[in-house]
Amino acid sequence: MSKDTHNLENTILELEKCIQELKNNSEQDSSIEIKKLEEKKKTLQKEMYSNLPPYEIVKISRHHLRPPVSDYINLMVDDFVELHGDRSYGDDKCIITGLGKIGNKKVLIIGHQKGKTTKERIKLNFGMPNPEGYRKALHKMKLAEKFHLPIVTLIDTPGANPDIGAEERGQAHAIATNIAEMTKLKTPIICIVIGEGGSGGALGIGVGDKFSILEFAYCSVISPEGCAAILWKSKDNAEQAATALKFTAKDLYELGIVDEIIPEPTGAAHNNPEEMARTLKETIVRYIEELQAIPIDKLIENRHNKYRKIGCFLDGE
Amino acid sequence: MFFKRKRNIPDGLWKRCEGCNNVVYKKKVEEKYNVCPECNYHFRIPTSERIKIMLDKNSFEEYWKNMLPADPLNFKDRISYKDRIAKEQKKTGLKEAATVGKGTIEGKSVIFAVTDPRFIMGSMGSVVGEKITRAAEKALELRLPLIIITGSGGGARMHEGIISLMQMAKTSSAISRLQEAGTPYISVLTDPTLGGVMASFASQADIIMAEPGALVGFAGPRVIKETIKKTLPKGFQTTESMLKHGFIDMIVERSKLRHEISKILDYCNSNTNN
Repeated sequence: MSKDTHNLENTILELEKCIQELKNNSEQDSSIEIKKLEEKKKTLQKEMYSNLPPYEIVKISRHHLRPPVSDYINLMVDDFVELHGDRSYGDDKCIITGLGKIGNKKVLIIGHQKGKTTKERIKLNFGMPNPEGYRKALHKMKLAEKFHLPIVTLIDTPGANPDIGAEERGQAHAIATNIAEMTKLKTPIICIVIGEGGSGGALGIGVGDKFSILEFAYCSVISPEGCAAILWKSKDNAEQAATALKFTAKDLYELGIVDEIIPEPTGAAHNNPEEMARTLKETIVRYIEELQAIPIDKLIENRHNKYRKIGCFLDGE
Repeated sequence: MFFKRKRNIPDGLWKRCEGCNNVVYKKKVEEKYNVCPECNYHFRIPTSERIKIMLDKNSFEEYWKNMLPADPLNFKDRISYKDRIAKEQKKTGLKEAATVGKGTIEGKSVIFAVTDPRFIMGSMGSVVGEKITRAAEKALELRLPLIIITGSGGGARMHEGIISLMQMAKTSSAISRLQEAGTPYISVLTDPTLGGVMASFASQADIIMAEPGALVGFAGPRVIKETIKKTLPKGFQTTESMLKHGFIDMIVERSKLRHEISKILDYCNSNTNN
């Protein structure tokens, strides 16, 4: 953690302590003082969160209290019906799929599952899906296409599972198939990075008409640690790699990769999950309305063009 | 066999085979398509050699040959991306990892693309993504089969960050359009094909061929080893293992690739089949 961020965080913690002490002291009325301190805390939090270096943002995106997909389903989806299974091998819990209503919009929801407790995290393989997860997602996406339901994907993965079984069951093929199919599915697709957008593992459910990101999420071709290990020959250089890769929400917006940065509450999403879910819900409803107004052939054409123009090179002709 | 330390053999008449570790007569290897006469190990070959082996003599007409990489992130690790590109260009004589053009295989016209693992591990940045995309568009425009030979240990290129990652979707979308039009796409996996290349256009083909003994997969073997903290089983992530698990159509020796592709093209031409 950089020195400035560290100092700010310490000051905020001190303030919190003072506020708590004042609240616990019932002998005198300190409500005016408490209010003052809370205002100060909010200002400092804003300052701290507005100047975070990239690797600090990575840490927030991985914060153990950061709301996972299951929280957003609880907070913003009505009548959720979970659907299981890829119809060929298994049911990867690491990708959750189901039908539900967001506002007045019926949708298919797909999301990476990270879990909240250590036990859950282990069970969900820390959000690293197997090929079955991607195949399950595709199977449900075809269902959504058939019934003209918009697809909402919530991305939060360090990457696809890199192990022997995943390789032998065709991790690369599963991701490649999803990417190819998502470029042409005849229904609106909205992709939102809510935490970690880890490389191919993110893209396997991350191709669509809208690609947006929460303020303190990141999306990258490789993790900062992985990049540091290869290019700097040491994971200790992750901070430098995080800066070099330009993967924060702000960078991605400037590079023209994301459509929108979805603002987080003061102190980031984990500080106020309810507020975060409300903002996310409003954004999704707005996107669906916008996309449903476009004729489907035009939508697919726009989607193709959106990706077609990404690239930076010298033509030389 | 991929982790053996390379021992230095003086340049000249002999070279050491990375497959069987025998010292083999260089000329004999070169005559045999750069395949070891002792163990059938397929040496990695440069783009120029690949074109010579795959296409009819003098049939190759290169497209977009002056396309050059830019540096969208102003990326710098221990050396700058700009310097790295200059170094790789000098080393390989190539401007970028991908070479694309039109040529004939046993008289049949094709759009042909190859990625060279010597250029930043054949990784896909904007230039590779753009050239593969344009190759698919050209194939669609001319209604010609698309043949892509991948050698890409790097997958999506880190130095162009998110832009590289998005090339997976870009190439994939262009190839989808080609495939929907009924034009054949054959992919040939060579040593090594991993990561973002394998998880996008390389796996998307109608027919997937592979050279024997090539390293292919999603995650690199080093990453897997570190994750599971175990040694990897023998033959893991080879094309033979991929064939066994059902992810490729066939393993073809380098010397027979041309003819096998030509045979398949006879069946995959929707213009002549009734």
